[in-house]
Amino acid sequence: MAKYDFVIAVGGAPGQGIDTVGKSMSQICARHGLHVFTYSAYQSLIRGGHTFLTVRISSEPVANHGDEIDLIIALDANSLEKHLENVRPGGAIIYNSDDIKKEKPERDDIQLCPISYKELSGGTDRKKMMLNICTFGVALNMVGGDLSVLEDIITLTFLKRKGQAITDANLAVARAGYNYASENFTPFESQFVKQEPLAFVEGNAAMAMGGAAAGVKFYCAYPMSPSTGVLHWMAQNARDLNIMVRQCEDEISVVNMVIGAAHAGCRAMCATSGGGFALMSEAIGSAAMMEIPIVVINVQRGGPSTGLPTKTEQGDLWQLLGASQGDFPKIIVAPINIMDGFDTIPELFNLVDKFQCPGMVLSDLTLSMGFTTFAPDSINWQPEIDRGELITGLREMDGEYLRYEITDSGISPRAIPGTPGHMHVVATDDHDEDGSLISDEYTNPHKRRDIMEKRQRKMDGIVELLPPPTLEGPEDAEVTLIGWGSTHSVISEATQKLTEDGITTNHIHFKWLYPMDEDAINEVLAKSGHAVVVECNYTGQFARFLRGETGFKADGHIRKYDGEPFMPHHIVDGVRELLIGKTDLYVPYQEIVV
Amino acid sequence: MATKERPIQVAPTAKDFRGKVAPDWCPSCGHSGILTAFRNAFAKQGRGRHEYLTVSGIGCSSNLPGYVPTYGMHTLHGRALAVATGAKLANHEMSVVVTGGDGDGYGIGGNHFIHTMRKNVDLLYVVMNNQIYGLTIGQASPTSLLGMATKSTPFGNVETPLNPIAMAIVAGATFVARGFSAEMKELTELMYQGMQHKGFALIDVFSPCVTFNKDNTYDYFKERVRFLDEDHDTSNKAAALEQAVKWGDEIPIGLFYQDTSRPSLDESEPVLEHGPMAHQPLGVTPEQGAAIIQRMM
Repeated sequence: MAKYDFVIAVGGAPGQGIDTVGKSMSQICARHGLHVFTYSAYQSLIRGGHTFLTVRISSEPVANHGDEIDLIIALDANSLEKHLENVRPGGAIIYNSDDIKKEKPERDDIQLCPISYKELSGGTDRKKMMLNICTFGVALNMVGGDLSVLEDIITLTFLKRKGQAITDANLAVARAGYNYASENFTPFESQFVKQEPLAFVEGNAAMAMGGAAAGVKFYCAYPMSPSTGVLHWMAQNARDLNIMVRQCEDEISVVNMVIGAAHAGCRAMCATSGGGFALMSEAIGSAAMMEIPIVVINVQRGGPSTGLPTKTEQGDLWQLLGASQGDFPKIIVAPINIMDGFDTIPELFNLVDKFQCPGMVLSDLTLSMGFTTFAPDSINWQPEIDRGELITGLREMDGEYLRYEITDSGISPRAIPGTPGHMHVVATDDHDEDGSLISDEYTNPHKRRDIMEKRQRKMDGIVELLPPPTLEGPEDAEVTLIGWGSTHSVISEATQKLTEDGITTNHIHFKWLYPMDEDAINEVLAKSGHAVVVECNYTGQFARFLRGETGFKADGHIRKYDGEPFMPHHIVDGVRELLIGKTDLYVPYQEIVV
Repeated sequence: MATKERPIQVAPTAKDFRGKVAPDWCPSCGHSGILTAFRNAFAKQGRGRHEYLTVSGIGCSSNLPGYVPTYGMHTLHGRALAVATGAKLANHEMSVVVTGGDGDGYGIGGNHFIHTMRKNVDLLYVVMNNQIYGLTIGQASPTSLLGMATKSTPFGNVETPLNPIAMAIVAGATFVARGFSAEMKELTELMYQGMQHKGFALIDVFSPCVTFNKDNTYDYFKERVRFLDEDHDTSNKAAALEQAVKWGDEIPIGLFYQDTSRPSLDESEPVLEHGPMAHQPLGVTPEQGAAIIQRMM
């Protein structure tokens, strides 16, 4: 079977229900058994402005929104005007002709698909939400989709919440759109294939689910785009799954509540974006000092400051590396796609429980607010849960319990408050093995050195357990693309395209960012060709970090910091440009402007 | 040789709540009286040492957890209430008490102070109020009086102090009291009541700083403090506020306000009906997982 790969985009104004369009489109495709990845370019407005949602549909798993748009649904005149040029030659655009006051849109290399919503809906109801449904009917017909799938989803969406009359009205406009298209428009040559139904999930929800599977019993947050989806999922599922979920007064409270809950014995987690993370900084160090395991997710958006609340960036790496004063053990991980976000959370919890330190997850808007599909049985709801050296009851011991006992591994068994016989104080002041402060009256340089070395020894254990990146693609390639986190799929696709075009390319991708195993990573990097670091920020944060940790200096850089994520051709074009040799930095031009 | 925690066979005494480290406070610091009252109140409640979690922020007074052999957390400056809230919600069977100073609680921790009261988290919060920053050797605090000369206000403080008692009554605390560290018997009783109270209990305690605050001394308070009348109606918010705004030659101390009708946060949270969060089985059952996936199809 030939690979099916098709991109539909929907443009409209916020308030036209675009937020639910992505969900519904994903659901329709998933029920056909087709994989999707969605990317929503939107603005920080509740009403007004413009939203452009891209849905890439494929017969195989897909994790980026691709290069070309085959079909655009323009829900308002603005979208038609703005995005007419974004349809690939041979593609099509569906729009509501009632909105077009002036002349017909001009492009003779695509199929223009005007519908009169007034006529198709019988001229009675002008509800904007129903225009979406009507255009879905049109689009579904053109791609060879199954009308009954759309009908099922309409019933599922409306019947319970809005009643029979509204459901029937929506079904009617969907059918009208579907039938109108079959009589008036030419279907696409490449048609939907039917496979086993899939489930679909938003990136933030996947991380929340990963948390639930890992045994998170305490979650709290302060709302902040683009991380709020984690809070929403947790709040929605709190009672079913028996999880304490709280909204706090600020992010300082959030992380400190997480620390309190974690100390009292819960697996505890929170999520925020860069600004909220900045408020959490001091407490990250305190978790390390008190040796309390916590997980903090930072969903990056465009910075600095309030920055671009609804746009993507990979600009917080150095913030996480440098968060909080002093040296302390910590783990930083950047999931490489949505489903990896699910798996990463339990993996990280096992590490932070074992090593009693903070763990930080670097996601970004592209990953966290994107939707993807997955096979329902591919989710591992029972990941390994290893809580490390935890004391929860009376036990035989030699002498008194020392919370910060000096050990070879640096790990000291941790007693949970409430356990008889193990009372101790955990302090943000530096302390002796038994928890007594060594910083005020009793400052003792030898004790300080011992306890500092004890804590830092944990880093040796962590580094051993973090898998170094692998080289994907041919060993001897002309070009090696190096990336981290959410860009895995887009770089991977660029790698394939370049190789197909005769520039052999391979790919090294980093998920576990800190601590870095210098030798193991240098071994992988030694195999690289013309090395190009691809990342979504201005200063090449990862390239500089990699150089600092390993001494490896990349030959070129492709960077994007306009708020929109990479498309594969941005990287392909960049590599071609860099290979000419006149520059070592390529910044792609963003064609689709929202 | 194996040792075990000696189970407390008889009722615990204040002696059981003496830690192995001696306080590093100045001789005759007001905080010493509060520490004694704490030990007395812990003993009077009758719970084992392992059932208490004593949480503090940063400052002279926040060293207190190191001086009592309960579980303790000496957290960041201003963050004790947030940490304590997390701990309480993770294990609501623990008796969680919070200590700190006026700068820690009313200054840098002011936001948490307001919201922890609003949420009525079941904590006893004892603020050791000396109206000065002691550990940083003497700057004005949020409760320093007008005109007070300190290292940061050498020509006299021009900012009006906040009134923690009135603030607590308005913000939603359900037990609001003021004590004086030299009135040991009454302070112990207030602390005991505060621990027994189900909900957020604030006890603001005058705790003279003998080194850096030469204005609000033991003598200053001995001349002024008056116990609230026995007929003061602690269930009447308006009457409590009327007493709370009194300041001058007579300063009322004692229990201003108590509301036993409002449920605490842990009592309001249905997920806690199966017992403490920290003792719950972890993860998602196959059935729960299947139901979640079903909603995503």
